[in-house]
Amino acid sequence: MTNATIPPPAAGPLAETETRSVWELIKRRVRGGELGAWPVVIGLIVIWVVFQALNDRFLTAQNLSNLALQITAVGMISVGIVLVLLLGEIDLSVGSVAGVCAAALAVLSVRRGWSDVAAIIAALVLGALIGLLQGTIFAKLGVPAFVVTLAGNLGWLGLQLYLLGSEGTINVPTGTITDLMNTKLSQAAGWIVGLIVVALYALAAFSGRARRASAGLPAASLRTDLVRVIGLAAIVVATVAVLNSWQGVPLGLLILVGLVALLDLVLRKTRYGRSIFAVGGNIEAARRAGINVAAIQISVFTLCSTFAALGGILLVSRGFSATQTTGASDVLLLAIAGAVIGGVSLFGGRGSPWGALLGAVVLGSISSGMLLIDVDSSVRYMITAAVLLAAVILDSVSRRGRRSSGRG
Amino acid sequence: MTAADSPVLALSGISKRFGAVQALTDVSLEVYPGEVVALVGDNGAGKSTLIKVIAGVGPADTGEIRWEDRPVNITKPADATGLGIATVYQDLALCDNLDVVANLFLGRELTRTRVLDEIGMEKRSRELLGSLSVRLPSVRVPVAGLSGGQRQSVAIARSLLGEPKVVLLDEPTAALGVAQTAEVLDLVERLRERGLGVILISHNLADVKAVADRVVVLRLGRNAGAFDPDQTSQEEIVQAITGALDNAVTRRRARSEAPPGDSAAGSSVDSSVDEDRELGGEG
Repeated sequence: MTNATIPPPAAGPLAETETRSVWELIKRRVRGGELGAWPVVIGLIVIWVVFQALNDRFLTAQNLSNLALQITAVGMISVGIVLVLLLGEIDLSVGSVAGVCAAALAVLSVRRGWSDVAAIIAALVLGALIGLLQGTIFAKLGVPAFVVTLAGNLGWLGLQLYLLGSEGTINVPTGTITDLMNTKLSQAAGWIVGLIVVALYALAAFSGRARRASAGLPAASLRTDLVRVIGLAAIVVATVAVLNSWQGVPLGLLILVGLVALLDLVLRKTRYGRSIFAVGGNIEAARRAGINVAAIQISVFTLCSTFAALGGILLVSRGFSATQTTGASDVLLLAIAGAVIGGVSLFGGRGSPWGALLGAVVLGSISSGMLLIDVDSSVRYMITAAVLLAAVILDSVSRRGRRSSGRG
Repeated sequence: MTAADSPVLALSGISKRFGAVQALTDVSLEVYPGEVVALVGDNGAGKSTLIKVIAGVGPADTGEIRWEDRPVNITKPADATGLGIATVYQDLALCDNLDVVANLFLGRELTRTRVLDEIGMEKRSRELLGSLSVRLPSVRVPVAGLSGGQRQSVAIARSLLGEPKVVLLDEPTAALGVAQTAEVLDLVERLRERGLGVILISHNLADVKAVADRVVVLRLGRNAGAFDPDQTSQEEIVQAITGALDNAVTRRRARSEAPPGDSAAGSSVDSSVDEDRELGGEG
């Protein structure tokens, strides 16, 4: 056989079997156990319909605006958890890290008289250093992440209590710190931001199509891209309209969504992001491909703790104080639960930071709805547990589906 | 077959010892461009050790390696890949969660201004897979959704991205079905057509006879003959692998042909063969 008989790639077997219609994609994903975010979106719609039926104040602009503020801080911590879960690891220290960074922020700005901006930067650096320490112990000494961060959970809580001292609470005066969570964008600013987001997304989608076409590669059908752009536009318009009808788009929510979008781009479009998925998918394959596995692991733990620190800062901003219970109680569990509910696999290598946002909205909705219909927090915990369990079961079942189809 | 005059890779006098175990003794092996050399041998014969010597994972204690007629040192994996030796290990080392393109370019992604050049990578992936006639549902499907043969094809295609001259395949057809095995053997033949030297480790003598141009047998860490698979029967290769005319395979055949009730003779042969194997190690 000579080279002449080898079919050219364009007319080869690849081109024939390549179909990229929406329906094919859905079928393939269901078969392969790659459902992505759809179960959560459907679950969220069910939750909203049920609570709206039980109490017609649930879907009001005021309640949804409050909901957005409620989920911001924990959602931010959850974003960091997504990164660690992508590696197939866990970080149990994020609640205490948020707490200790909140305490450091308040001590520096109130007791030491640092400027708000300097104190915020210092708190973020503290978070990063904590992550660097925990990540290094994990990656270089081989201590399981579970144990390192469990020790961190206790240790950083201790440091938080030590920093706050005997009073236990530091009130933060109005300033840059409190502005983070208590500023609302003006109506016009909200619309402009929304417009920019939709325009950027549409530009990216259609220029991507054009570049694929000019490279002679099959692209998604025009309808699929249109549906995506229109879908995003609808979500953005609805969100801005609702939030504008009650005080405007909160700055905190914008920070969260902006960072989620940025992180999503880093994960999907850079070698660093690709390396994180590779380490989470098959650590040995990543190592053989020349990826510096330890550096990836340490950087991810550093980022996770930095997101936790940011979450702690937002908690202070919203509560106007750093207390002994900032970042304590159910913050850690809600952050992890949010990521898992948002479709991030506990087994590593699958998920998106958008999942953290989605999971936070689900958990926030349950919590807010339960408060509205005046259900005791005991019931709220049990319901939240049931939702989390359902998400984990879905994760495990779809993993099994992938495995069986993978060998089929 | 159009083999060149001089080997692209030639090993001679290779010896390696692990503590008290002499894993390889004075082994030689040559691969010519456009040639498929099958490396066969029983478990523990030193096949994997020899592959590790070539791949730079476990360098030899003594011996000479010549690359395109120049003596070279291979002391670490980067030396081997730098020369143009690609190794496809048995456990594939693919990331199930990543798609075919991402796996092909893992660790050497193309970028444009620090952003992944997905279009460039997908284009090259399609060209490469198309030229190898690898059939896949899509290059954007996660590797988890592929069959064993397709996964092996992706792993082999990935080794070709570095433009190697010699490819080492460690048991590429182990654990594959009949059709998938044929797929992979077709791919091995296409590597030969591209003028690559292929070293194929296999336990499956049918596969070996199907694609190999030369069969090199290792036994107890030594060369135990090289055969032309077209001129040699499977029995002769088994004989070289086990080192005995009277081996488990021939005995099994004899048993099935012999009248029943003859088992006592079989068991007495067993013990003598074991001694024979040990003696065979010296000579």
